[in-house]
Amino acid sequence: MRLLTHNMLSCNIKGVSNGFPLRLEAEKWVEKEVELNADFLRGIFPKIEWKALAGAARALGYNELPDEADASMLDADDFLRRFHHALLELHVEEGALVCPETGRRFPINKGIPNMLLHEDEV
Amino acid sequence: MPRPEIQAPPEIFYNEAEARKYTTSSRIIEIQAKISERALELLALPNDGVPRLLLDIGCGSGLSGETLSENGHHWIGYDISQSMLDVALEREAEGDLLLADMGQGLGLRPGVIDGAISISAVQWLCYADKSSHEPRMRLKAFFGSLYRCLARGARAVLQLYAENINQSEMIMSYAMRAGFAGGVVVDWPHSSKARKAYLVLTCGPPSMQTSLPKGRGEDGEMCSDDDESGDDESQTVGIYDRNRPRKKLKVNKKGKGREWVLKKKEQMRRKGHDIPPDTKYTARKRKARF
Ligand SMILES: C[S@@+](CC[C@H](N)C(=O)[O-])C[C@H]1O[C@@H](n2cnc3c(N)ncnc32)[C@H](O)[C@@H]1O
Repeated sequence: MRLLTHNMLSCNIKGVSNGFPLRLEAEKWVEKEVELNADFLRGIFPKIEWKALAGAARALGYNELPDEADASMLDADDFLRRFHHALLELHVEEGALVCPETGRRFPINKGIPNMLLHEDEV
Repeated sequence: MPRPEIQAPPEIFYNEAEARKYTTSSRIIEIQAKISERALELLALPNDGVPRLLLDIGCGSGLSGETLSENGHHWIGYDISQSMLDVALEREAEGDLLLADMGQGLGLRPGVIDGAISISAVQWLCYADKSSHEPRMRLKAFFGSLYRCLARGARAVLQLYAENINQSEMIMSYAMRAGFAGGVVVDWPHSSKARKAYLVLTCGPPSMQTSLPKGRGEDGEMCSDDDESGDDESQTVGIYDRNRPRKKLKVNKKGKGREWVLKKKEQMRRKGHDIPPDTKYTARKRKARF
């Protein structure tokens, strides 16, 4: 799972009103290089919750994202490179996503979060 | 073979053996790729070469997602079968995979997704596999969450195999209730095997963009032989309902024509069937009084 996906996921257990962001507990992660596409980054930027992205990146030991970001920064290559790296090149392999409201843990195995809800959570 | 949907729940039906069988069949790979390409075309993303963030719902072993990757898009795949996802990992699917049940809702933030496809999966929601399952509630949760996570104006294209007309109407009605506009595009409506139905849904108020494209082969044009001839393998992917009301199968005014009949007879002969010889009566038009 990349941080792009983490940034979109929200816990949908019945009754939870704010399931975002899921806290990232990472035990193992890997880096995979992919080509940078500035148009994609500019298009997705307005949809990204920046604080959640920066926080998740820190959980993976990547501290190069600023605490806050605005669209004007997309003109700087250096910023684009860091944004790209955090969003698309870091893959969480083992760990868990934790609901901020209920503390429910969704385990991540082989890079795949198990988001299946129990019957009483639907 | 009975429909997979009535044999077992999806996470049981798509066990390790089935997941492997599914993904090693070159015929299935080819069919799923063709359907996925068509679904991506029906998504009608802006033609600017910019990669988008898409969903592949019921992504299975990643066959449909591969088409999205080949076109440069990022995707998040949902599937309820661990075995199918394991094969997707082996095949190095490029999208992010989630072990999740679409009938429980997608669990995404609102308005963040640029488009969604689902290939041969959504009909599964019509079957109650557990005592707690209520298909209508599951359809509602699925379409509601799909509508919310899509950006305004974005589309979802769902290719599915409904068992009968009631099922497809039930699915459509929940899509509409969630707020979607759209309808069904049917490709190759005259062929029982190649026939494919796509729910093309648009999120947000109707606009010029919501007008439905035409299905392929609607005018009675025939699809290539390759699409039409099927062997047993295709049964695992497609469920071709022989009981579909006949009136649904609109036949071209002129009928299929002598040439088509001759070709079919020849094909059957090659397969070793005992076929009457061709004569001047073959595929002859009957008088209207019949
Ligand atoms: C015929 S396969 C198609 C897989 C893939 N889309 C392709 O084109 O090859 C149908 C898939 O839908 C999945 N599925 C069925 N019900 C589901 C549900 N409730 N939630 C998520 N996935 C489901 C099955 O596990 C299976 O992998």
